[in-house]
Amino acid sequence: MDLQLAPEEVAFRDEVRTFIRDNLPPNTRDRMRLGYKPSKPEIIAWQRILNAKGWATFNWPREYGGPGWSAIQRMIFLEENLSAPAPELLSFNITMLGPVLIQFGTEEQKRRFLPRAANLDDWWCQGFSEPGAGSDLASLRTAAKRDGDHYVVNGQKIWTSTAHHADWCFCLVRTNPQAPKRQEGISFLLIDMKTPGVEVRPIISIDGSHHLNEVFFTDVRVPAENLVGEENKGWSVAKYLLGNERTGIARLGISKAAIRRTKEVAREVRMNGRPLIEDKAFRIRVAQLEVEAKALEIMQLRVVSAFEKSGGKKPDPLSSVLKIKGTELLQNSSELVMDVGGPQAMPVWQQELAALTNEPALAPDWAAQMAPAYLMLRAASIYGGTNEIQKNILNKAVLEL
Amino acid sequence: MDFDLTEDQRLLTESVVRLLGDTYSFEQRKQMLSLPNGYSERLWRQYAELGLLGLPFAEDFGGFGGGPVDVMLLMQAFGRHLVLEPYLATVVLSGTALRLAGSDAQQAEIIPAIVSGKTTLAFAHYERQARYDMTDVLTAAKHQDDWLLDGAKSVVLHGDTADQLLVSARTSGERDDPQGLSLFMVDASSPGITRHGYALRDGSRAAEISFSSVHLPTEALLGEQDNALPVIERVVQAGIAATAAEVVGGMETLQAMTLDYLRTRQQFGRPIGENQALQHRAAEMLVNLEQGRSMAMLATMMLGEPDPAERARNISLAKVGVGQAGRFVSQNAIQLHGGIGMTDEYAAGHFFRRIMVFEHLFGDIAYHLDKLADDID
Repeated sequence: MDLQLAPEEVAFRDEVRTFIRDNLPPNTRDRMRLGYKPSKPEIIAWQRILNAKGWATFNWPREYGGPGWSAIQRMIFLEENLSAPAPELLSFNITMLGPVLIQFGTEEQKRRFLPRAANLDDWWCQGFSEPGAGSDLASLRTAAKRDGDHYVVNGQKIWTSTAHHADWCFCLVRTNPQAPKRQEGISFLLIDMKTPGVEVRPIISIDGSHHLNEVFFTDVRVPAENLVGEENKGWSVAKYLLGNERTGIARLGISKAAIRRTKEVAREVRMNGRPLIEDKAFRIRVAQLEVEAKALEIMQLRVVSAFEKSGGKKPDPLSSVLKIKGTELLQNSSELVMDVGGPQAMPVWQQELAALTNEPALAPDWAAQMAPAYLMLRAASIYGGTNEIQKNILNKAVLEL
Repeated sequence: MDFDLTEDQRLLTESVVRLLGDTYSFEQRKQMLSLPNGYSERLWRQYAELGLLGLPFAEDFGGFGGGPVDVMLLMQAFGRHLVLEPYLATVVLSGTALRLAGSDAQQAEIIPAIVSGKTTLAFAHYERQARYDMTDVLTAAKHQDDWLLDGAKSVVLHGDTADQLLVSARTSGERDDPQGLSLFMVDASSPGITRHGYALRDGSRAAEISFSSVHLPTEALLGEQDNALPVIERVVQAGIAATAAEVVGGMETLQAMTLDYLRTRQQFGRPIGENQALQHRAAEMLVNLEQGRSMAMLATMMLGEPDPAERARNISLAKVGVGQAGRFVSQNAIQLHGGIGMTDEYAAGHFFRRIMVFEHLFGDIAYHLDKLADDID
């Protein structure tokens, strides 16, 4: 038993770190360090740089252009990318659609979609949730009726992240409403967002940003060749997608960056006549977060190591522990960052980033994104299976009550 | 990075699990609690026969040359059964001090006696006024022709029955000085020593020990004079790692008992475990158990970390993590059991009390958070 990274793993980490440092556009890095989310062009640019290096498809098998990394290397890569901080790879393309097509897609589908997904030539979104189907995904109602060599899709998806950026949507649709079990009438369909009848309406979230959408389908004609897997077998495709390796689920790098930032800003602001960093109550909060971060780091190593040992076969129920603790830490660390900002974190600062303008700064440059990050991360315990659903999973898979 | 056990470690775990499975039911443990020593000397000899008492000692002294992971596995197994024997006091705490500070001659004399089960030791360091502060030592040793020891030690684990005491004492400096501490090996039957033995809340034994003009030979000094603090720190760190592993073992048993209870206890015509509120609480117990397990591993691995600051910091992180996990799991185990969890005749409360006792050894959550907070750069 040994918790240290092996020398070759340390060398790999340094290689990744150096590459990111040398190739991440400085403007993207600077903005992200201040807590700004990367823009669509920044995300695309960075994914293409990684793809040219052969790293964007970090989790794909070698024969599909993957780098052939171990689970530990994949974890190191994701952590380095997050804590740089650099834009994350578009998960819809890389960790969701890619593995699904590789497992279930036709040769034609793989040839047509995989290289474009890797290079972010196509931006994909995920059409799973519906107004009546959140945690209970199998109750989805968006219907696809076969009509010659097309499916005709009618219905509505919701909480569709980045649908307004998307070129394509992978969608769960009901192809057999009469199936004896709800799970047996569902299919997995690829829908071109430019098809007539697709309408995207924004949902503005509590952080003030446009990230989420409703997507309406009205008589949308989808070529039957865009069916992935067999008709009415889409549930197993979806289960594969959701049960896929979840190395990055804790997104520990983001929390670590937040803890670092907390300390940086706490040196600049004051509390009772002293720098906040000297305040004991504040330091105890930071120490508590560092305990959580360290525990999560070891948990993550254990899960990754077990995944590697199992030959990458079985999804580890302990990844639900990672999801729960990881999202709690994301929320707690963003809360502390915001608290450090105090009143300066409260205004909706409209001005451009001070560094990018010639005007005198209206606010400290760290202030603008503190509250939005805190607000947006309330979603962390809701998306990807709510933390309560994760507890149900733990119960079913481990506790068996 | 590697979480696998070696073949030897697997065999060790199996043999210990078998032994404790045969000897350490809750009922059998109750019998042992009423023995004069508060533990089973017969089992202590069996530990010796199995080689457990020599686990971390060098082969030159009759030991098995095992490492921190071996001790962790053993302590975890002990934790599952709430073992009462003085392993922590003798092998882990005193053993660490001997290995780090003992001269070859001292080690050659005492370690074989530990390994064979003949001699038990206690680590007498903390004092009543010191709480968790390692440098708050008032017990003093003066060197004339020999050493003259005066003072008192508090809550000395297994101090009531130990044959030898490892006693820290001030040989120079003032209260709280990091310098000026020394360690002495003291025969517990020396004139001038008074011991008041008692049970801790978990049934394990400890003692208040006072020293009144106790004469010690010159060679009783263990390690460097005036510079024992680094050794004491490492002893305490070894204690933290070992008790962390015991807490993990205890949490495992509590978790299993609780799940059993949730499956069998019927209310409103069905097992109470069918209630989602209780399922989620059980899932949170699992989350905490796994978090605590990760932190116990961290503490164990960090015992070998050469950088003292890095080692101390990580072990504090682990102590807080295990402490919080232990509180969560043990408190919720009682809650999910309901009334039966409150009774002394049921095992859950005994695990609860051991976890509670361990939380208050070697610095509690607040103490280590405070240290971590001081460290923030």
